[in-house]
Parts: sequence; structure tokens; C-alpha cells
Amino acid sequence: MQRFWTILLVLFLGVTLAGCAASKKKGGTVEVEDATIDGSGADVTTGASASGVDSDDATAGEIIIIDQNDSDVDDPLGQRVVYFDFDSSNLTPEAQRVVEAHAQYLTSNPGMAVVLEGHADERGTREYNLALGERRSNAVSQIFQAMGVAPDAIRTISYGEERPISMGQDESAWSLNRRVEILY
Amino acid sequence: MKGFQKALALLFVVAMVFIHPGSAAAALTIEITQGERSGIPVAAAPFRWQGTGDPPENLRAIVAADLHRSGRFDLLSPADYLSSPSEVSEVRYKDWRLIKAEALVVGRITEKGPDQFEVSFQLLDVYRERVKVGLRYTANAAQLRQVAHQISDRIFYEMTGIKGAFDTRIAYVTMQLSDGGDRVYQLMIADSDGHNSQQILKTTNLPVLSPAWSPNGQRLAYVSFSDNQSGANVWLQDISAGTRRPVARFDGSASAPAWSPDGKSLALTVSSRGNTDIYVLGVESGELRRLTKHPAIDTEPAWSPDGRYLVFTSDRNGRPHIYRVSRNGGKAERLTREGKENAGASYDPTGKRLVLVTNRGQGAGYQIGVFYPESGRTDVLTDGTLDESPTFSPNGAMILYATRMGRDGVLAVVSADGRVRQVLKSTEGDVREPAWAASR
Repeated sequence: MQRFWTILLVLFLGVTLAGCAASKKKGGTVEVEDATIDGSGADVTTGASASGVDSDDATAGEIIIIDQNDSDVDDPLGQRVVYFDFDSSNLTPEAQRVVEAHAQYLTSNPGMAVVLEGHADERGTREYNLALGERRSNAVSQIFQAMGVAPDAIRTISYGEERPISMGQDESAWSLNRRVEILY
Repeated sequence: MKGFQKALALLFVVAMVFIHPGSAAAALTIEITQGERSGIPVAAAPFRWQGTGDPPENLRAIVAADLHRSGRFDLLSPADYLSSPSEVSEVRYKDWRLIKAEALVVGRITEKGPDQFEVSFQLLDVYRERVKVGLRYTANAAQLRQVAHQISDRIFYEMTGIKGAFDTRIAYVTMQLSDGGDRVYQLMIADSDGHNSQQILKTTNLPVLSPAWSPNGQRLAYVSFSDNQSGANVWLQDISAGTRRPVARFDGSASAPAWSPDGKSLALTVSSRGNTDIYVLGVESGELRRLTKHPAIDTEPAWSPDGRYLVFTSDRNGRPHIYRVSRNGGKAERLTREGKENAGASYDPTGKRLVLVTNRGQGAGYQIGVFYPESGRTDVLTDGTLDESPTFSPNGAMILYATRMGRDGVLAVVSADGRVRQVLKSTEGDVREPAWAASR
């Protein structure tokens, strides 16, 4: 069983290298419209509209399910998301363990690219939360780099409070949204 | 989109009868959430329609809603009016003294030809029995709402000495979840009362936030993402041409754009290698100058009206608070000391007040406050728990902000003295990130 997952993993490593850390998120699209004051232009799509990249939904970032059927459910590599306290970018001991495990994995697999996606809960202003998500993803990046992951292989992106996992408005929801997703 | 606009229009018709706060709401309506009777009592007679069929717009209702929303006036109910004049020669002043109106607005709308109308109004001083101002406009049907806002502006100015700000535009962002679970963002512009909304940008799964109007009202800067691989960037969009471009490529992400009063520079936040600081970018030159240099988060810059200073949010002393720095850089000075957190500040046109998001602690959440740098005092104007994104009207008399009604984000307007507060409630997804244009 272990061997099967290892093979699968190697296969997906290939996909990752080729796809270069495509996100598991759906591709984004953009339409720009003009808008004259009388409103007559509101339906006209003009130039300068940009199509977003349609990233493949089935990328390595989503499918690596190492050891899911094995007994070792505590394998930190199985955890792709680390969580933070309110307005904090300090890693909890548990988060530290997960991040270090991924760092070790990445250093022993040089050439892989990783995206660290920082997020915040909805409290506080959107712009402050964008910076907070940045700081969280950078905190993870710092550990990665300290443990030998090449800086060039790491990309940090913050979505602030714009992409919540839970839509609730209480601490249980907020605690799920204060996170860094480790995508590779 | 068409449906939304239609619903919007329909709702504002409902909103026009907002004198009856109990009236049922459809898709979008103004809900009066607060309002004491201590403004100037004003009567506005129905504008007399002189034409065939139904009048193309209810001008009286638009003007009355504008004046009410400013918090400076108490609009007396038409049900109490003893007569309905449309011109000074028809006015019996005692009818209006009896209901204690200090001022009276009368007007007419006359059909002059196909899609051509003449609008006239007079503002009367009931006690002195004289005309304070009277004006005449010609317009087509599509321009009538704007004429009504211009009338409101003129009345506001005559009564308060302050330039009106009803004939202005706002921008905001809506987010709707599609059936497929995508997040669809629209950047919208509209009249200051939410009417005539138009989508100028639509993205799927790429957040849009922090729209900022150029001082001449022709461009919007905002934050968005070009794809799922890159961080936030600041974009510049020409509203009438419908073209847009990223303002620059940064080593890292950029956000929180703020136009300098002369429109030549954008202050913005750049996050690079884990540090978030304020920079100033020449809009045409592309020249980037660093303004703050601190390991803490520095973000949300906003210019003083004279362009000499910027305020910004920083957590350099632990929690987020408001700081001020010269446009030439140098040492930043802490402004807010009260409350647990303060963020998202911007100046009023006089430079004497800041509107901001304040958290007073004890689980109170986030409200809109007006902060007076000279005294250090903060007046809390709202009572939500997640109020944010406040923006002064160009004359400083009103503040537009984002709040929550249940799960949904909605826009609300509060008078700068906190006396009148109204929600622009929408059922069309989440509405957020309002910005009030300085000029039309």
C-alpha cells in the first residue's frame, strides 16, 4: 500500500513540475466594460479584457492524499493547511510541525514549486487582512527557507479575507479562515 | 444584470415612499434605521406634472430622499400639507407656517417635446415670505434624476452654506456565489443614491477590492488579481473608455491605492519579501518612492486634502492604529490612542476630521468613527459589528460605508453627525467596498 502511494506521488510530482504549482482553485476570468454616464455603453465589452488562466482542477496540489488509507493518520504531510490565532502570524506548535514536515519534503525533492496562500478572517479591514495574510504566508516561507527550500521555489500569495473556507460569523468559522494553504 | 438594475429602480420607487418606514422591501430599498427630528423642517410639495400620461420621474421624491439622507433636514409629510402649490405665486405662506415648515420647495415638470422636459423649482423662506433661489432646467428623461440631484445640491447649499454632494457618483463591489460555487465579483458605479448602477468590471474567483476614484472622477484605481498565480495588484481603469492596466509590476503584491489630491500620484501598499510598507507611485512617470520602512504592517494610506501628509494603518505598536507621515517620508506620528484598534482612515475635505473603522474593545466589534486629530476624540457613528470601508461625501456631510444585514454585506449612509443613518439594502449578493467620487 505504501509503495502504491509512493508511486502515485512520484507520478504527481511529474505533473507538478510540468504544471508548475497550478493552484487547486478554479481559474479566474475578467471582463472589463466601459460605462458612459448615460449608461448606453454598459453592455459593451471593450478591448483590454483579459482572460484568466484556466488552471487544471486536477492538479497535484489537490490529489496528493498520502497515507490516507494507512494507519499513520498523524502524518503532518497529510495536512495542507495551518491555522493561526486572531491577528497573529505566529505558528502554533502543531502548525510548526506540519510546516517543517513539508519543508523537509520539499528540500528532499528540489525543483518542486510551492505556493503559500495566506488568508485571514473577516474581522478588521480588508486591506489590513490582505497584509496579514501576506505576513502569515511569509512566516511559513521563512521556515521553509531556513530549512533549505530554495527561495525561488516558493511563491507567497495573500487573499486576505476574500476567500473564506467557512461563511459563518463566529469563532469556529473564523478559526478555519485564518490559515495558510501549502499548495504543491 | 439587467434584472438587478430593474430591481434597483423598482426598489427606489419603493424607497421614495420611505416616509412610511414600515413599507415592505423588495430587492433594494432604503431602510431608515435611525433618525431623530432635529434637522431643519422642510416641506417639499409634489412637482406639478404638465404633460401627457404619467410623469417620467418623481422629482419631489428624489429631492426629499436626498435632503433627508444628509441628516440636516426633517422632511415634513405631504399628508399634512394644506395646499399643493407648484410656483411662488400659488403659495399661501400661512399654510406652511401652520405645519412649522421653515422652508418650502415647489416645482414643476413640463413636457416640451418628445423626450424633452423643462423642470423648474423654487426654494422659499416661509417666515420671510421670499424666494431664496429659483432655477429652470431642460433635460431628457434619462437626465431627470441628475436634475433632481442638482436641485438637491442647490437647496442644500442655500440652507447650509455647504456645497451639496448629491449629484455625485459612488463605486462599490458586489460578490455573488454562482450556482457552480464560483465567486463572481462586479465593480459597479452608480449615482450617490445607488441609482443608475453600471457594471464596469466582472471577474470570476479573482477578488476585487479598494476602489479609489481619481480626483477628476474619470478613473478608478482598485485592487484585483490577474490570475491564480500572482498576488494582488493595483489596476487603473478609465471609466468611459473601459480600458485598464496594472499600474506597475511589483516585486510582491500591491494594494490599497489612494490618489493624491492633484491626481498625479498614487499612494499604495507594497508587500515584498514579507514586509508591507507605503509607497508613492507617479501615475504617468511610473516612478516608485518608498514612504515608510518598518517591519510591521503599514497599509491603507490616505492623503490629507492639501497633499502634505498621509495617514495610514500600522500595527507597529501591537494593534492596528492610525499614523501620519509627511509626503516626503520621515518619522511617522501616531494619531489614534483610544480604542483597541483603528484602521482604514481617510480625511474629510477640511482636513480636520478623519473617518475610520474603530474597535473599542470588549467584544464590541468594528464600527465607523469620526476622529478629530486635534483633540484625539472619536465619535462612534454606527452600531454594527463588522462596519468598514467608510468614505466621506465630497462635502464632508455624509459618510458611506459597508455594513452587514444578517449574512449579507450592504451599503449604508450616515450623516457626519451620526444623526441619520440609512441602509441601502440589497438582496443581490454581498455589497461592499464603497467609494465616493470627489467629482462627477
